[in-house]
Amino acid sequence: MKRSPADFRTPLARVEGLGAARAGTHHFLSQRISAVALVPLSIWFMYGALGLVGANLAEVLVYLSEPLNAILLGAFLFTALYHLSLGIQVVIEDYIQQEGTKIVLLILNRFFMWSVGAVCAFALLRIAL
Amino acid sequence: MAASIAHRMTGVALGGGTLLIAWWLIAAASGPAAYEVFLTVGAHRAGQAVLFLFVWALAFHLLNGLRHLAWDFGFGYKVSTARLTAAVVFVFSVLIAAGVFALTHFNGTFANGGGG
Repeated sequence: MKRSPADFRTPLARVEGLGAARAGTHHFLSQRISAVALVPLSIWFMYGALGLVGANLAEVLVYLSEPLNAILLGAFLFTALYHLSLGIQVVIEDYIQQEGTKIVLLILNRFFMWSVGAVCAFALLRIAL
Repeated sequence: MAASIAHRMTGVALGGGTLLIAWWLIAAASGPAAYEVFLTVGAHRAGQAVLFLFVWALAFHLLNGLRHLAWDFGFGYKVSTARLTAAVVFVFSVLIAAGVFALTHFNGTFANGGGG
């Protein structure tokens, strides 16, 4: 391979081919794959779970104790939160220019995803099990 | 162009929506008193408005997301096509939100359980 005289990158950096962002296509692909998974999951959520809003507690508990419903709601929430954190990450990277603020917000973004996920998982398990 | 920024805004709004789902699940797991609070807020006019916006945002982000996936595979780039699909997404997202909303009301779930 011919090397341009203006290329100051190390051989390792050239092999990795990741550039200044230090990342490859993982984020792009993850966002698309989670999006595809969310198509059927959100249709199920709109059809099933939203029909329950306003139902009394006993009806909700019966619905969420059904294994298939609990699993699908868990899968929907997990995938949605993952997709959300990827999307919010792009929004932060696009609009926040100050480096320190950006890093803090990117970390808070991850905290948000895991916190909401932990709360939902605990509540869902407590109801379903 | 409007659909592009609306995709971002509905995406961020749905992030807030995950907090509503978390509240719903925690209230259900906590017991009748906590769930009553959730139902009372949900039955209120403001609660119903938030719920409608949540369903609309989800429907919009879902439909417009399909548009983005089509672009990823190289379809729908013609300007006239993109304008048409954007309009379709706006119209159908409102129809779906109205439909889901109407269905849940006809079910009687809102009317019976919502304290009304």
